[in-house]
Amino acid sequence: MRYFGLIWTSLFRKPVRSALTFGSIFIAFLLFGVLQSVSVALTEGPDLAGVDRLVVAPKYSIIDDIPLAYQERIRAIQGVGTIAHQSWFGGTYKDSTNFFPRWPVPPREFMQVYSEYAMPEEQKRAFANTRTGAIVGKTIAEKYDMNLGDKIVLIPDIWQNKDNGPWEFDLVGIYDSEDEAFQNQMFMNYEYFDEYRSFGSGGVGTFVLKLTEPARSAEIAAEIDAMFANSNDETKTSTEKAYNQMFAKQMGDIGFIMTSILSAVFFTILLLTGNTMSQAIRERIPELAILKTLGFTNVGVLIIVLTEAIFIALIAAIPAIALAGIVVQAPAIGSAMPFLADSELTNAVIIQGIGLAVLLGLVAGGPPAIRAMRLSITDALGEHA
Amino acid sequence: MNGLYQTFAITLMNLRSLPARIGPSLVIVVGIAGVVAVLVSLLSMAKGFSATLNGVSDEGRVVVLRGGSTDEMSSGIGTQQARLIVTKPGVAREDNDALAAGETYVIADIPKRGNDSPANLPLRGVEPTSFAIRDEVRIVQGRNIKFGRYELIAGVKAANQFQGLDVGNRLPLRGVDWEVVGLFETGGTIHESETWVDNALLVSNLNRGGGYTSMIVKLESPLDYDQFKQALDDDPQLETNPIRESDYYSGQSEGMTGLIENFGYSVGFVMAIGAVFAALNTMYSAVSTRSVEIATLRALGFGSTPVVISVMVEALVLASLGGAIGAGLAFVFFNGYTASTMGGTFSQVSFDFAVTEDLIVRGILWSLFIGLIGGLVPSIAAARQPVTVALRGM
Repeated sequence: MRYFGLIWTSLFRKPVRSALTFGSIFIAFLLFGVLQSVSVALTEGPDLAGVDRLVVAPKYSIIDDIPLAYQERIRAIQGVGTIAHQSWFGGTYKDSTNFFPRWPVPPREFMQVYSEYAMPEEQKRAFANTRTGAIVGKTIAEKYDMNLGDKIVLIPDIWQNKDNGPWEFDLVGIYDSEDEAFQNQMFMNYEYFDEYRSFGSGGVGTFVLKLTEPARSAEIAAEIDAMFANSNDETKTSTEKAYNQMFAKQMGDIGFIMTSILSAVFFTILLLTGNTMSQAIRERIPELAILKTLGFTNVGVLIIVLTEAIFIALIAAIPAIALAGIVVQAPAIGSAMPFLADSELTNAVIIQGIGLAVLLGLVAGGPPAIRAMRLSITDALGEHA
Repeated sequence: MNGLYQTFAITLMNLRSLPARIGPSLVIVVGIAGVVAVLVSLLSMAKGFSATLNGVSDEGRVVVLRGGSTDEMSSGIGTQQARLIVTKPGVAREDNDALAAGETYVIADIPKRGNDSPANLPLRGVEPTSFAIRDEVRIVQGRNIKFGRYELIAGVKAANQFQGLDVGNRLPLRGVDWEVVGLFETGGTIHESETWVDNALLVSNLNRGGGYTSMIVKLESPLDYDQFKQALDDDPQLETNPIRESDYYSGQSEGMTGLIENFGYSVGFVMAIGAVFAALNTMYSAVSTRSVEIATLRALGFGSTPVVISVMVEALVLASLGGAIGAGLAFVFFNGYTASTMGGTFSQVSFDFAVTEDLIVRGILWSLFIGLIGGLVPSIAAARQPVTVALRGM
């Protein structure tokens, strides 16, 4: 790092050009960070999904129900711990554009199975003990200005109630979770929902099981499906991660196309920037010859040039990737583009980005640096930029 | 006159010398081509999606849903209600039968072709009248279903996307094998992403005990909509939400189309900034390598305005070339490209990308704008440089 001063000064040799190069690299890596995060979200689904949880879904379609009575039979299987279930409520909150999933669940079991949802103890108790109780994620509560004690009125679509009117729930809890995407939901007491709906009682959408023997999850899943094979309501059991991935994959081609178009673009920008950087170094070959005249070795010059190229790539790429991390987490972006809500900048993406920045420096700086190294001093000094 | 001649002369000289500066010039062309290609491709995806959903354009058809429901899947219409609905004024008749059909719209988990991951295939239970109402349906392979049999016809887009939707195949669902007897087209509309079966058999297979999810009604004239809706609203025995079919599908396309457009424009915008940087960089170095030449011209008596204009023209020529290449690439690779995604009712919709003229024009306008900004600042810098300083660079 003896030559850091030299490298730093050369960045300011042509400040406009350096600034523009910085700008293009910054933009390229900003895109890279955002798109890689989106792509991870689209192909892998949310991270929260636990490996020790199984989802028992209807075999033929998500619109079918599974009898709640299956619960006791599933419980008898060895390795199955707590059983919760979820049903799709649908409906409208004030306006049809206010979309967020709403799920009737059995409060106690639900809070045991999804222990990562954080909520104060008294709110947990209230949810377990209030027949008309409901909880929402922090994001939802902030977005629609909901407060504890509020009545939440939902206009039904599928689930008409016995009075053929709107449903009313009491907001008794606001939960937090590390993953923002999971805050975007509402859960209410299944018991009330089931008694008050005008048809379909005794059915649930999916069961979610916590396993006491997670290592045997594949075996347990097969056992459950075999148990209900050839019944009126056959099941399809998978890990929660696989189940969520199935949904993520249904966004399908769109995500794939977007990410492939954009990665092509990322490399185009890198190519262009690399070209400009190379050109800038070529123009300075006479200067490098002066360094060699002063006694710098060939390898020394090579290292200085490469370090400089890698340095500018890194000082632009690192803040860009950091900004990408902020952008994909921004709630405003998540709500404008829901599929971005599940995005998260993973360590793998950060490492890839830094690796690419170093590569960019090597590829852009390498050829002219090698040329400078090989040229005899007199030839190099004679070269005109 | 003299100024005009000067401008012309310098511009021509610049453009003639372009091939000698091919490397740096390509940076602008390629950079802008990239921006325009991405912008046009993403917008063509949005365009294709909305065209598919907005293709159902018979203004005289109405989808009747249950009050409070906004889509077929969460709706329900009982048999009794259906009988009342068909008697309302405005409903078209053919040989004394009302042109109204009860239909059941559900989804089934079927693996897609090319991967085994199941996706939601739309399944529509239809009645014989459905075909009289939806007269755009054309069987292109095999034959139509016979009512009373477990038979199925698949839209061509659905058949392309899902495993097992080949004529002669059987599709097992809830203990019953449905035989695929034909494929149909509807002129590129969303219905080509669906499969159709006998409604009565589907409802009993679903264990729903009768009824429909929605009704499709053909009106005598599109103008009868208000009268029909009023009659439904006035009937105390009915609680319905009638929507023109075209509005129903365009409503479903809005969300996704807006989403892709937002995404396309934001990514395009960020990339355009990147391309402006690249263009600025290139034009700066183009100007700086030619500073002696420009100073010589100035010393010979050429004005600074012609110099500015000539640099601008060069930037714009390169930019529009890039724009045209980018739009061309988008057209070649994506026009007509078929993709699928999850639509408004959790069901898979297939659609074709549409690179239309207005998208190409929009892409080229963007490229000119990038070229304008990329060329303006360096050209002014070139013109402002004192002649003596520049000449000393020799």
